[in-house]
Amino acid sequence: MRTTTTIAAIAAATTLLLAGCGGEEAADSEASSSLSMSDPWVKSADDGMTAAFGELANDGDDDVTVVAVTSPASPMIELHETVDDGSGEMTMREIEGGFVIPAGESMTLEPGGNHIMLMDLTGPIAAGDEVTFTLELSDGSTLDVEAPAKDYAGANENYEEGETDHDMGDMS
Amino acid sequence: MTTGDDERRPQLSRRRLLMGGAAAGVGAVAAVGVDAVWRSSSSPAPPLHGDETVSFHGTHQAGVTTAPPAHATFLGLDLRDGVDGEALRRLMQILTDDARRLTDGRAALADSEPELATVPARLSVTFGFGPRFVERAAGTAARPSWLRPLPAFGIDRLEERWSDGDLLIQVAAEDPLTVAHAVRMVLKDSRSFATVRWSQTGFRRARGSERPGTTMRNLFGQVDGTANLAAEEFDRLVWIQEGWLAGGTSFVMRRIHMDLDEWDRLDRDGREQSVGRRLSNGAPLTGTQEHDEPDFEATNSLGFPVIAEFSHIRRAHSEDPDEQILRRAYNYDLAPSGEEVSDSGLIFGSFQADVDRQFVPVQRRLDELDLLNKWTVPIGSSVFAIPPGCGPDGYIGETLLE
Ligand code: HEM
Ligand SMILES: [Cu+2]
Repeated sequence: MRTTTTIAAIAAATTLLLAGCGGEEAADSEASSSLSMSDPWVKSADDGMTAAFGELANDGDDDVTVVAVTSPASPMIELHETVDDGSGEMTMREIEGGFVIPAGESMTLEPGGNHIMLMDLTGPIAAGDEVTFTLELSDGSTLDVEAPAKDYAGANENYEEGETDHDMGDMS
Repeated sequence: MTTGDDERRPQLSRRRLLMGGAAAGVGAVAAVGVDAVWRSSSSPAPPLHGDETVSFHGTHQAGVTTAPPAHATFLGLDLRDGVDGEALRRLMQILTDDARRLTDGRAALADSEPELATVPARLSVTFGFGPRFVERAAGTAARPSWLRPLPAFGIDRLEERWSDGDLLIQVAAEDPLTVAHAVRMVLKDSRSFATVRWSQTGFRRARGSERPGTTMRNLFGQVDGTANLAAEEFDRLVWIQEGWLAGGTSFVMRRIHMDLDEWDRLDRDGREQSVGRRLSNGAPLTGTQEHDEPDFEATNSLGFPVIAEFSHIRRAHSEDPDEQILRRAYNYDLAPSGEEVSDSGLIFGSFQADVDRQFVPVQRRLDELDLLNKWTVPIGSSVFAIPPGCGPDGYIGETLLE
């Protein structure tokens, strides 16, 4: 989980590694070649659940859909949206159809909005750790992203299917 | 002091500011909308001080020889138990990333008030390491011999709550709201590694109130900072040349209470005698202009020295060309308590390549004799190693922590 690469290098270069590609011609048309993620970060947590954020940008001519995310940090990861549950409370739940980033547009994953939800941490994520995520796109291509962990007090929305004391990371 | 590292942010970069904010959480669509409005407005907007930046990257950290901005907050942190070299590396990577973004007018990662980050106002964030930081990072061998509390001085009335500390973060800008936001951000990101030991806030004249380069005045009304190191001397006397501190320096911070109520009882002549300079323009008592060389040999009609034996500048002055320091002071003014009507003083900062060789002899002379001691009392003292600067892919402290 930890690497010697600095946060700066990652944030500046937005380390995006193209993975799982076929021939060279095919690589160009893969959705992962037009998608990038900048300023990724993950909320530090001792155990349980937490969430990752950042800015997804699609500079291609076709819409890109993130259908799943995997990471060594959690065996189960969901793509979440945050919605008003009808009573004025904000609740997060799995987004149907994944994150769709229209051609030429971007999507901000942020506390209180769409986010990548780590459902069951394999171990603590401490501030300054770097967590690798693999974004799986609808055409089967993938994008690797490294996100530094930061302490963050917000992002405490309730989880619809979970117990109420599960939030996006535990600050204590 | 140099202003060469200051950059005036071109108006075009406002777009980048907005996009930076967008990346940190403001809706991207909204930011693009504002940008379009900005570009279509016909009259060119006047340049704003708030847009100016001081480059974070370089051989040296900013905030040492940088022209001091109007506001500064100095934070002294204590490391939590069990924070080892590996944790310190994570801490300094996070803090460097915060500083790099904020000094550029961009929100930090996970910045919960990204809008407060868009006015850099010449923000600089400077890091310093206390003895314990260095020892935890790389063992006692890495600690320079001068990195320890200063020797005790007779004039000292040091309070623990203003002294020592493992990690120094100096946050300075022309705008106090910018400083407050940056302070909040770096403290939030330090919280799981360290606790706040002290926080000291200081000020100078507001930006634009005086011509740039005007020597500051302290709360005694004195022109303070006239005889300071020249830029040509920085390489020799400020920057360390070898080891993990190459490109770095040392910082002595003295919190000195100034008894303004007692000072009020002193007439103008006595005030000028105590320092050896005029209050009007800071000229030495033997000259007429601020930068006239003091003549320490000159005597009056009675045969007494014009610049008195007990005067601050005679005592602080050194003929030894190696025994010089770079002073960079800020005023403080807190709420008074009890019968007093002010709780004021100086956050006296001094940068030098070697504390023992350059700073201590001066402080020792002032301890032995200096009329100013009648009205000034050191109540806080700390010494930090200021590591070198870093490049866009590096972090502050990498020469110690890697
Ligand atoms: C509240 C405490 C202090 C006050 C109010 C004060 C004030 C002043 C003033 C008004 C001057 C003359 C103008 C100038 O050259 O800057 C001066 C000079 C100086 N001060 Fe201080 N000072 C204080 C503490 C210190 C301390 C703690 C040190 C070092 C240990 C120090 C070292 C010097 C030096 C080196 C000079 C220049 C002497 C020269 O002409 O070569 N001062 N100070
Ligand atoms: Cu969630």
